[in-house]
Amino acid sequence: MSNDIFVVTECLDGKVSDISYEMVGKAKELAAASGGQAVAVMLGSDMAEQAGTFASDATIYVDDPALAHFNPEAYGKVVEALAAARSPRLTMFGSTSMGMDMAAWLSVKAERPLIAYVNSLSAEGDELVATSQVYAGKMAAECVPEGESAIVTVLAGAFSVEAGQGGMAVEQIAAPVPLDGLKTRFVEMIMPAAGDIDITAQEKLVAVGRGIGSEDNVELAEELAEALDAAVAASRPITDAGWLPKTRQVGKSGLAVKPKLYLMLGISGAPEHLEGMKDSSLIIAINTDENAPIFDVAHYGTTEDLFDVAEAMLELLE
Amino acid sequence: MNIVVAIKHIPSLADELEVNDEGTNLDYDMVDFVLNEFDEQAIEQAVLVKEASGGAVTVVGVDVIEELDGVLHTALAKGADKAVKIVGDLEPGIDSHTHARWLADAIKEMDADIILTGVQAADDLDGQIGPMLAAHLDMPYLGVVTGVEVAHRVATLYKEYAGGMMGKYAVSLPLVVGVQAATKPPRYAPISKIRQIAKTAVIEEIEVDDDGPGAAVMLRKMSPPVSTGHANMLPGDAEAVAEKIIAIIKERGLL
Ligand SMILES: Cc1cc2nc3c(=O)[nH]c(=O)nc-3n(C[C@H](O)[C@H](O)[C@H](O)COP(=O)(O)OP(=O)(O)OC[C@H]3O[C@@H](n4cnc5c(N)ncnc54)[C@H](O)[C@@H]3O)c2cc1C
Ligand SMILES: Nc1ncnc2c1ncn2[C@@H]1O[C@H](COP(=O)(O)O)[C@@H](O)[C@H]1O
Repeated sequence: MSNDIFVVTECLDGKVSDISYEMVGKAKELAAASGGQAVAVMLGSDMAEQAGTFASDATIYVDDPALAHFNPEAYGKVVEALAAARSPRLTMFGSTSMGMDMAAWLSVKAERPLIAYVNSLSAEGDELVATSQVYAGKMAAECVPEGESAIVTVLAGAFSVEAGQGGMAVEQIAAPVPLDGLKTRFVEMIMPAAGDIDITAQEKLVAVGRGIGSEDNVELAEELAEALDAAVAASRPITDAGWLPKTRQVGKSGLAVKPKLYLMLGISGAPEHLEGMKDSSLIIAINTDENAPIFDVAHYGTTEDLFDVAEAMLELLE
Repeated sequence: MNIVVAIKHIPSLADELEVNDEGTNLDYDMVDFVLNEFDEQAIEQAVLVKEASGGAVTVVGVDVIEELDGVLHTALAKGADKAVKIVGDLEPGIDSHTHARWLADAIKEMDADIILTGVQAADDLDGQIGPMLAAHLDMPYLGVVTGVEVAHRVATLYKEYAGGMMGKYAVSLPLVVGVQAATKPPRYAPISKIRQIAKTAVIEEIEVDDDGPGAAVMLRKMSPPVSTGHANMLPGDAEAVAEKIIAIIKERGLL
């Protein structure tokens, strides 16, 4: 086992995702404490330039046409082979669409413990201590992986982006395992539908969550948005239910917004939602659950019923 | 085509979550268990695939608190054909790795062509079971999927990325899919139908009892997260709050 820390970085549509830098910055700090190296690992095709943007102690860039787009089967095999050859003490993945497909698979394949949803990592002597945000952010679990080598998936926004940005010589290698005969084939990338309003360009948003209760009640949010000259955004359950178009979804698998006003009606504040809105200038949350995680992030809050507040606001605004 | 859906009972997040006396886990006696919301989507997706391409749907879960029958009956009412529960001297707790082993062993006997799981559950401290099943069964995995179509032994899948981007993939069967959302919102099963099914349905039981390798993660402490900040809570009734919110928005020059 080496004292190195692997960071499996990711690119989406040719651009390095911030989570990659966030992890590299943290890995550097941990590696420095344990006398190892923070090794950024990038997989792709013709992406040496992107691979050279990390402040890691070393960067391995695996170049192969089969890695041009994310493919969990191909990426998994490559990361498994690299980890087997270089025995990192810790392998970090983003808690993202890509990282989630690889981490648990590798955990079983390589027989390494995995801690998911991590938003804090530290070294206590020889032990690695990770805090996992479980139950949609309602509980924090402090964990120590057993054995010499572990895997974590890290929540976006947990660590600083700047600490991981820099420039480092890249060791470019060919795929360490054959990548033919894959059962998984990437077909194409589908870009978000245009045509609806662009919530990322709005100054004011009224965001509705599951607390709104039914499709008919969405109208109340629309009226309120109109009175405030704002647009309506939503959490995932609302767009999944088809009550609002997908283009209105804020969060991990939706859009990231940063409006001057984010007024929230019945959204609990799960990490996947927070990821998309926590940098808004003014966040006001209306949620009847006083323990809702959103109150740790919002600037102003109330536990009054959203319908009562929304209706009272409408009356005052008329 | 054999379609298998793995479903999971998890503590309801609508309940107040309390920690046990040792401070190492939830106090499971104090919470209700509900079906993981993404499993509703996985069940719907399974039934949609069956309706479009034929086959049979088997729903399987680990019965941690001996209350899984209700959700299995509901799944049958929605169009699943068979229900299986893994039973034993079990306790709720957080160890996806152990459950993944049990499930993989059970699914090995089912000759599955496509295995659907929820993309994740809120209590998966040691990771999601979907990719673990794929590793045990030596099948490919694709997660965060919002649509599955199957034709000629190839599944066409849509995988969500950040920023509203979506990757289209073609994967040959058999495979494991982590379902984020079904192609259509989940259907509703009338209570009367569920009740009727409950009277006649036979749920197959698979007994497990082992202490093989688990998560290998030591949970030292569980507690509500230490908040770094807290919202300024607005006092008064709804009207007072409404007035104050409007005043704040005006103060910022946003109205
Ligand atoms: C891979 C992945 C990606 C995801 N991507 C996203 C994403 O992009 N965006 C996203 O939002 N989620 C995403 N999620 C889902 C996320 O985990 C949560 O499930 C979701 O954010 C919860 O939405 P919510 O807050 O509206 O619902 P809930 O968590 O159900 O919260 C509803 C809230 O409404 C409150 N409420 C109920 N009634 C009232 C009332 N009358 N008045 C006031 N308050 C009331 C309740 O107290 C509760 O807190 C993703 C999940 C996964 C696994
Ligand atoms: N004990 C279990 N029994 C059956 N299915 C499970 C179990 N645990 C997890 N799953 C499946 O894996 C998905 C993701 O849950 P998790 O692995 O906890 O993130 C769930 O939505 C289920 O489809």
